[in-house]
Amino acid sequence: MTQIKGIGVSNGIAIASAYRLVEPDLSFEKVEVADHVAEKNRFNEAILLAKGELELIRERAIEKFGEDKAAIFSAHLLVLQDPELKTAIEAKIDEGINAEAALEEVSTMFVTMFESMENEYMRERAADIRDVSHRLLSKLLNRDLPDLTTINEDVIIIAEDLTPSMTAQLNKEFVKGFVTNIGGRTSHSAILARTLEIPAVVGTKNATESGTTNEMIILDGSKGIVIFSPSTTEIEQYEREKKEFEAEQQALKAYVDEVSQDADGHHVELAGNIGRPDDLEIVLANGGDGVGLFRTEFLYMDRSDFPTEEEQFQSYKTVLEKMGDKPTVVRTLDIGGDKELPYLKLPHEMNPFLGYRAIRLCLDDRDLFRVQLRALLRASVFGNLKIMFPMIATLDEFREAKNFLLEVKEQLISEGVDVSNSIEIGMMVEIPSAAVIADLFAKEADFMSIGTNDLIQYTFAADRMNEKVSYLYQPYHPAILRLVKNVIDAGHANGKWVGMCGEMAGDPIAIPLLLALGLDEFSMSASSILHARKQISTLSKAQLSSHIDHILTLSTAQEVEAFVKQITQ
Amino acid sequence: MEKQYKITSAEGLHARPCTLLVSAVTPFASDVQISYNERSVNLKSIMGVMALGIPSGATITISAEGADAEAALEKAATVITSEGIGIEA
Repeated sequence: MTQIKGIGVSNGIAIASAYRLVEPDLSFEKVEVADHVAEKNRFNEAILLAKGELELIRERAIEKFGEDKAAIFSAHLLVLQDPELKTAIEAKIDEGINAEAALEEVSTMFVTMFESMENEYMRERAADIRDVSHRLLSKLLNRDLPDLTTINEDVIIIAEDLTPSMTAQLNKEFVKGFVTNIGGRTSHSAILARTLEIPAVVGTKNATESGTTNEMIILDGSKGIVIFSPSTTEIEQYEREKKEFEAEQQALKAYVDEVSQDADGHHVELAGNIGRPDDLEIVLANGGDGVGLFRTEFLYMDRSDFPTEEEQFQSYKTVLEKMGDKPTVVRTLDIGGDKELPYLKLPHEMNPFLGYRAIRLCLDDRDLFRVQLRALLRASVFGNLKIMFPMIATLDEFREAKNFLLEVKEQLISEGVDVSNSIEIGMMVEIPSAAVIADLFAKEADFMSIGTNDLIQYTFAADRMNEKVSYLYQPYHPAILRLVKNVIDAGHANGKWVGMCGEMAGDPIAIPLLLALGLDEFSMSASSILHARKQISTLSKAQLSSHIDHILTLSTAQEVEAFVKQITQ
Repeated sequence: MEKQYKITSAEGLHARPCTLLVSAVTPFASDVQISYNERSVNLKSIMGVMALGIPSGATITISAEGADAEAALEKAATVITSEGIGIEA
């Protein structure tokens, strides 16, 4: 038995025999060829053959993944037939070298060019060019690439990497999962594994060199574990876990269209956190009641310059349109501190978490802030927009931000631009000072959303990235619960709703506590929504609330956790 | 013959917009060029166009020369405006 670890990118368990994907030997010699015309003909034949293959792959991908995800192969077909690529390769052949060498020299040039670009998206395109020229080369050498569509028994694929075109050939009926040496959460193969709902572990570094041929393997896509030649006991154990996982997935699916309410019919809102418009898909697929946190800083990352007003407008509009009447809470730019933007050129700080970031930076750099607010306000007519400011510490900051937003709104209206009249303006409560004077904020903010990740680290003065003090990250601690209660009570006393958008909102131990405290909106990662909906449907807010006074007198997080387990059993 | 546009699609002229535009002009016999930032490339070459790295908000020029130049420009215009890629500048 050998066990290796990688990055689990698609949940679930698979037990099947290993299918080792062996790439054909595509090595060749650079040689001189005198008959340029014949060589060019050979090259054009190869293009036609590769084109036929890619068209087939695209058709299969459309059937399996839909038009959207198959679009990549339309791009591959265009690359294959790119006139500039063709001209450059033919010119090399005219210089007297063989087509294989000409292809390699030209494609390497393009790959290098795309890899050196600043934009992450463009860098990823280098992989597409490699994929296409690989196929073209296999046609020139007359050595076919492995055809994964011929697999007709249950297997787990082990490969160096799966190119997009290989992933499109996977037949879910037989391919139970895959393991690769390279890759990460956002690589093509990882995304497609989640779409196909088959477990996958990537980035194992040496999976292709582990184990022997065709032995059984166990793949745990949730934990990122691969076990080669498992013992009978291990197989039995994982068979059980697999059944449980599948039963749970099935049971959770029943909650997609259910209303979010407790056993007595008390309504709450279960929303999803997103970073990019693309993330919406999974929030909607999991039956999210809204978006409780749109982290707009992701629109600013992985690029060489600020996103323009128009670019941001399009992103916000896309999200708002897709959400329709469902609320979308957008947090204005929370950059600075640990989240750096190379083009913003902020000075290095000793205490970035306590420094120049988020609303502090935006209030100081009004031009930067104005661009985002204009884009948001223009998009407001396309859905149910709510705006909140991050890292508010004092009432003055909130007033200043709100007034500036209203000023930008007036300006837009005077330019003749349509702006919604029903945008709620709220704030994040993530700094203890704001939680303490929540009663004062509740009079002026339309809503408050508690950001627990920061609130916990600021309350305990402990950087949770620092392993030596990470024991102080205690969401169930009475200190946190009292602050949360203070915010919820203050909101309700003023007729305002209160949400939460940290990890805590989706935590099974915290959920009964938050429900008891009267939290209105729980915003979490999309994959937790159905669990939360199922859990809440079995709880009774009324009953749990009767324990709150006692819970708040408990002295440690452990006591709270034990008590919650006891009363929810 | 040429026409100017302002790119409004959020992602700029990458991915889907790029694929659509290149596919649209490829069938024409005319030589079709796209210019941005004083650089000009063949609009039928997806790699050439992507390498320009045209961001949202950029102003581009599309020019065509040849027997069906007018039809090619018209087709490009239809794709750009109907697919939300850009607006006439």
